[in-house]
Amino acid sequence: MLAKTIEPGVTPPAQPPLQVVSPPRATPEAIEALQRSKPEKLHGWAAFLAVVASPSPLMRWTRRLLAIALGILWWHLAVKYQLNVIVKFDNVSSPAEVWASFVKQLNGKIFYRHLFVSLQRIAIAYCFAVSIGIPLGLLMGRSRIINDFVMPYVEILRPIPAVAWIPLAILMWPTEESSILYITFLGALFPIILNTVAGVQQTPEVLVRAARSLGARQGQIFRHVVLPAALPSIATGLSVGMGVAWFSLLAGEIISGQYGIGYFTWTAYHLIKYPDIIVGMLSIGFLGTASTFAVTLATKPFLRWQARAR
Amino acid sequence: MHMLGAPFRKAVPVSAPSSLSTWREARDGRIEINNVGIAFGPEGRRHIAVSPTSIEIPPGQFVCILGPSGCGKSTLLNAVAGYVKPTVGQVLVDGTPVDAPGPDRGMVFQQYSLFPWKTVRENVAFGPRILGRYDPSPEATADTLLEMVGLAKFANRYPAELSGGMQQRVGIARALANYPRVLLMDEPFGALDSQTRHVMQENLLKIWAEFRITVLFVTHDIDEAVFLGDRVLVMSASPGTIIADITIDLPRPREPELAVDERFMALRRLCHETIRQESMKAFEQQNT
Ligand SMILES: Nc1ncnc2c1ncn2[C@@H]1O[C@H](COP(=O)(O)OP(=O)(O)O)[C@@H](O)[C@H]1O
Ligand SMILES: [Mg+2]
Repeated sequence: MLAKTIEPGVTPPAQPPLQVVSPPRATPEAIEALQRSKPEKLHGWAAFLAVVASPSPLMRWTRRLLAIALGILWWHLAVKYQLNVIVKFDNVSSPAEVWASFVKQLNGKIFYRHLFVSLQRIAIAYCFAVSIGIPLGLLMGRSRIINDFVMPYVEILRPIPAVAWIPLAILMWPTEESSILYITFLGALFPIILNTVAGVQQTPEVLVRAARSLGARQGQIFRHVVLPAALPSIATGLSVGMGVAWFSLLAGEIISGQYGIGYFTWTAYHLIKYPDIIVGMLSIGFLGTASTFAVTLATKPFLRWQARAR
Repeated sequence: MHMLGAPFRKAVPVSAPSSLSTWREARDGRIEINNVGIAFGPEGRRHIAVSPTSIEIPPGQFVCILGPSGCGKSTLLNAVAGYVKPTVGQVLVDGTPVDAPGPDRGMVFQQYSLFPWKTVRENVAFGPRILGRYDPSPEATADTLLEMVGLAKFANRYPAELSGGMQQRVGIARALANYPRVLLMDEPFGALDSQTRHVMQENLLKIWAEFRITVLFVTHDIDEAVFLGDRVLVMSASPGTIIADITIDLPRPREPELAVDERFMALRRLCHETIRQESMKAFEQQNT
């Protein structure tokens, strides 16, 4: 604005004439040509690198599959030549043996039973963890008193690994099944609580103020402001919780139980069915990833606004 | 996407739903600040943010509170909004003592304060929806207001997809959606670049002319205060208090050409001098 240039109390001195020059303008044809110009083409090595490093989904998946293929190849060679540097490969099954075992298991019935039992335990324990963890986290995030009463327990119990819980869980719970569920539940619970609390506490104060001045009461502020503000963090807690749930479940299944993928893996060792160890391990890895992915998918619709923001 | 030059639509009549109109007519937006003093901190180490101040603002006036940062402008405004309870004295809006924030006083913040998880339309409709009984169709009200701030096309966008100036316009629309009689603005254009800020100032004046609503506008920018206000209340720091009540008798509507107007410059100079003298005094006090 002009006023910025005139300081108060200063009379502007007589000015020389203003100088304005119009630089040459581009012709419409020149602009049209620029519009139709093609992006720079790469040649030789640079072109090759551009394809290899391309961020397109197809290329990314190619790279991922390639990485896995290389890993399997390395595994194959390590077993074949009985690699013996610090770790010993003489008792490790080869990829082909593992694959054969896997196919055999898929043709039987019992393997499905193991998978089903594990998934069922995860589902039950996780549901409990979610339906207790989120409400408790929300309350703790909103009320300092509740937070002070509950947080010490969370902080002390959280670092205790699932394996350390097993003896007490067996003593405390009437059946083996319920003690496994309990351990799995605990694993999922803490990340869910902590992330929910963090999400609630991160709610920008100015949004709460805005809602108040628009006439919102406590309950409405909670529903329209605090809850949505906490959702991204809750979603993180949910997927971390799912990962830890698998962790804990496996600890429980290895020590006790008659079914479950953890039990399957451990008994394979005792029964000297070495390829099945790896079948079990990879199944756990796959199921864990798949269920975490399912959680991410399930929370996505609630976070659409975040995706739009980028 | 840059909406700098897009004019606000002028011709939209301001017609609140009928039940809302009655609610609104019962209030006219008179603000009385009666001997309001505000102190923070523990006993013995009290920090006075606002020393006891009285001021009266008649309905429909556009009043700017001008002062350097930290002098207590926001604190005083927050007392009118109801976020801060005065330590002494009280604030009356239309004769009723203020004790909490409420939909009769719209609030626009400096920071972006739109709900990021709601679309632009949902943001503006939030107030009417919360007060459901007054407004049969919050969406329609929201659309009317968005039209008024020239953002009807962006109703289905999320706030993060909008520029800073556009977000602030949505913020204004949202604050007006309850048809309050008082609009409180705390450095609403402080974070915007200067071109956008000037456009926003003119647009705000147009909206104000249509709504004939009382506006209390906090700023540290002298030009902004003089350009917008009917009155400029100059505040000084430590302890924060209103040291001058300057009437801005410039004609309306105010146009950008005002910037070179003699009277405008004289008023700027007056504000400038008032603030300067006060800071000189403070400076001397510190050195003795
Ligand atoms: N909630 C609070 N608690 C303690 N001190 C505060 C609080 N709010 C404001 N103050 C103090 O009051 C003074 C005025 O602050 P503020 O009203 O924000 O100034 P301005 O808006 O003019 O920049 C500052 O010194 C600030 O530190
Ligand atoms: Mg402030």
